[in-house]
Amino acid sequence: MKVKMLSRNPDNYVRETKLDLQRVPRNYDPALHPFEVPREYIRALNATKLERVFAKPFLASLDGHRDGVNCLAKHPEKLATVLSGACDGEVRIWNLTQRNCIRTIQAHEGFVRGICTRFCGTSFFTVGDDKTVKQWKMDGPGYGDEEEPLHTILGKTVYTGIDHHWKEAVFATCGQQVDIWDEQRTNPICSMTWGFDSISSVKFNPIETFLLGSCASDRNIVLYDMRQATPLKKVILDMRTNTICWNPMEAFIFTAANEDYNLYTFDMRALDTPVMVHMDHVSAVLDVDYSPTGKEFVSASFDKSIRIFPVDKSRSREVYHTKRMQHVICVKWTSDSKYIMCGSDEMNIRLWKANASEKLGLTSREKAAKDYNQKLKEKFQHYPHIKRIARHRHLPKSIYSQIQEQRIMKEARRRKEVNRIKHSKPGSVPLVSEKKKHVVAVVK
Amino acid sequence: MSRPRKTNFRPKNAYILKKSRISKKPQVPKKPREWKNPESQRGLSGAQDPFPGPAPVPVEVVQKFCRIDKSRKLPHSKAKTRSRLEVAEAEEEETSIKAARSELLLAEEPGFLEGEDGEDTAKICQADIVEAVDIASAAKHFDLNLRQFGPYRLNYSRTGRHLAFGGRRGHVAALDWVTKKLMCEINVMEAVRDIRFLHSEALLAVAQNRWLHIYDNQGIELHCIRRCDRVTRLEFLPFHFLLATASETGFLTYLDVSVGKIVAALNARAGRLDVMSQNPYNAVIHLGHSNGTVSLWSPAMKEPLAKILCHRGGVRAVAVDSTGTYMATSGLDHQLKIFDLRGTYQPLSTRTLPHGAGHLAFSQRGLLVAGMGDVVNIWAGQGKASPPSLEQPYLTHRLSGPVHGLQFCPFEDVLGVGHTGGITSMLVPGAGEPNFDGLESNPYRSRKQRQEWEVKALLEKVPAELICLDPRALAEVDVISLEQGKKEQIERLGYDPQAKAPFQPKPKQKGRSSTASLVKRKRKVMDEEHRDKVRQSLQQQHHKEAKAKPTGARPSALDRFVR
Repeated sequence: MKVKMLSRNPDNYVRETKLDLQRVPRNYDPALHPFEVPREYIRALNATKLERVFAKPFLASLDGHRDGVNCLAKHPEKLATVLSGACDGEVRIWNLTQRNCIRTIQAHEGFVRGICTRFCGTSFFTVGDDKTVKQWKMDGPGYGDEEEPLHTILGKTVYTGIDHHWKEAVFATCGQQVDIWDEQRTNPICSMTWGFDSISSVKFNPIETFLLGSCASDRNIVLYDMRQATPLKKVILDMRTNTICWNPMEAFIFTAANEDYNLYTFDMRALDTPVMVHMDHVSAVLDVDYSPTGKEFVSASFDKSIRIFPVDKSRSREVYHTKRMQHVICVKWTSDSKYIMCGSDEMNIRLWKANASEKLGLTSREKAAKDYNQKLKEKFQHYPHIKRIARHRHLPKSIYSQIQEQRIMKEARRRKEVNRIKHSKPGSVPLVSEKKKHVVAVVK
Repeated sequence: MSRPRKTNFRPKNAYILKKSRISKKPQVPKKPREWKNPESQRGLSGAQDPFPGPAPVPVEVVQKFCRIDKSRKLPHSKAKTRSRLEVAEAEEEETSIKAARSELLLAEEPGFLEGEDGEDTAKICQADIVEAVDIASAAKHFDLNLRQFGPYRLNYSRTGRHLAFGGRRGHVAALDWVTKKLMCEINVMEAVRDIRFLHSEALLAVAQNRWLHIYDNQGIELHCIRRCDRVTRLEFLPFHFLLATASETGFLTYLDVSVGKIVAALNARAGRLDVMSQNPYNAVIHLGHSNGTVSLWSPAMKEPLAKILCHRGGVRAVAVDSTGTYMATSGLDHQLKIFDLRGTYQPLSTRTLPHGAGHLAFSQRGLLVAGMGDVVNIWAGQGKASPPSLEQPYLTHRLSGPVHGLQFCPFEDVLGVGHTGGITSMLVPGAGEPNFDGLESNPYRSRKQRQEWEVKALLEKVPAELICLDPRALAEVDVISLEQGKKEQIERLGYDPQAKAPFQPKPKQKGRSSTASLVKRKRKVMDEEHRDKVRQSLQQQHHKEAKAKPTGARPSALDRFVR
């Protein structure tokens, strides 16, 4: 007879010394792993609950300004340097790792309307209510020297915004019209205008670097071509857009922060319908900035909160608020896509984590566990219990009651629409999709 | 002993159109990876690759790892969902091929016993096997002569390392049977009807004459659960941390041992319950009754999930194999039947035994053991997936007294038998699963590993409400709620947002956009849609007629009333 018994050599299964790793042989046969789906479901539930437990996004508050923070700018090369301009004309440069202010400059008399850094990181520009554009050195003045701008340009009208080209030595300001300036000259190379109203902000496209977008008071967003020195086209919305931000990863996509509590993501090539309407704020949206990954953006609103939206969804994934934070005027996402900075009315700049429950500084085993939990949460995100827990956010009473009120108003409007359609000749009342509702016209 | 590779599985070159979330134009699809001609595969020395292409993988192994049932049709969904599903299916295929390839790394081979020249393996006795086998395996065969304290029932822990046994006259002991190290030995001064390890070797549940008691592995009594009285049988559901008890009063009680609560106490309404088994695949409890039926129970339902009529007389033993495919039952009518549990619930094979089998057990690799009086018979199947063939027994053994308890040791080629004379550990080559998974049950785990495993197992304890006949039911699309949600949305909005928008002809240049041509284009599309609808309805009518036609029946006068 031929016989063989299953006999294992313990040397192959038990570690030799205490300093070795334990041996864990694996067999992926599904018969040895029963109840896969229920166990994974429970693991996903636990992961979602723990994510809520560890969601502590607030990191630090930078104190120092003596008036509301009006604008923020990032240093293009150094992650830890942030520039901020306040409503009393002061510009401060902060170090985020040490959380202190490294330099203070009294830049303007009146508001600092805009601040932008040059692409090389050696200097930055500010515009203020005193109709000047000033260029400053990024490094501080030497011993005994006074704070002096490198260059000052006096204009005839108030400038309300500034943005620097991503590659060339050119910057654009906006006020009554959009001016393109060469850094060496005191007169603009060209001025572009379309319409008679003042322009509140201007932004250069980071990928197609000759393109510019601007927002004007007559509710339109105008796109310009710098090479031809002409405006390209404009889209007129229901209400005024406060600012726009270009997607750093997709060349033609930009998001507009509007006064009607929404954000609109447009594709430049087809402006008649926004790609997505993002609705979650309960008051005017004041600023928007994209994450360097191009997949999410953060918006700051008059309703004392900042929200993070994924580009392809119409609802926010996260909302940050604090009792001490009042109307948030400006927001920026840091270049390593991990942190968000917001400057608000009450003179503070706050630093938050982009992923609220993210642990910073992980070992490789922790990273593997984090990846596994992330995938589990994604896989089971649609199950009702897990969805309820993942969606749950505490909101301040003001925002919460406003949401209820606006929901009732929206429902009433929708019911009226449905009744109008029901009680009229079929086809006489056209069904307009939610996206198309907010765009009034596109002009080329 | 090598398995012949039947058919080879060439992985499909599936390329997927990756659409950027934002940009409207789809990206150019990647070119499919061309199969290089064998002639062009010459190396530097001019030699040719004798096995071009990726290594082949046997199909059955890949099938084992496939979890998506591709034959089922899903309800109609949006294009975005459909594309995501396609991506998921392609990924699943790739993953199952990779998992099938990783089978190469499994270190151990299962045991076997073959007779030479037509020798009947059933005639080979244990002594011969012990002689022919290596010394470590020979040590796994032992006999504990304990005549004083009555017939014994035994239980192996989940890793197969520890053994607990209890005698009818109160003797309870727990030991590590591999090293023969005794953990505890006590006499509980009461009749012991059944004994079970809980989730690890640290805790024991003993069904004593009056109540259920929980002991530590050092013999210290921890709990006396008075709500479970006159318990005859115990079963532990390891992934739910539930101890199921069947009592003489006819109640099936589920006790959650992690929180110490009774989850459900179900009245089986069938008199005294003394035949119980669990289905390790879906944690359903099988109870055998004296009217020949086997009922299937879950703690979530007050009524049995199913009732299967198995025997003409009472059912004396039930056992379910580890994959939940086959159920073996034996009854007072001296029959031993194997039922198919996944699908038809019909008996697959039957055998008449000279003496009724009072105890049945399955091993991890599908061997079936039946204890008839003082003889145990073991039947084996073709491979791991097929049911045991009841024609010829694989092995037999006679014990020194009638059998009272049977269990195969997990991950070992050993069968433990409890009888009136004590405990016998028999060698059964090919019974145990050779390659265990270290993260599930590791017989060689250290104390630290056991502690971590226990914490993880408690964290992912499955709630008792999720026990049902199909353990993958949670992964199914909830079609009913989906349809209801859709209906509610249509009601709320006043129109169906997912209905196909009416055709809008694109404006064209050069006079092709005049009103007449627009109307013509619209009419064309409408006619086409109408034609499609008519065609579909005709097809449906055809199908209905084909179904309604009675096959081969003689025409009768009543046919005119058939719709």
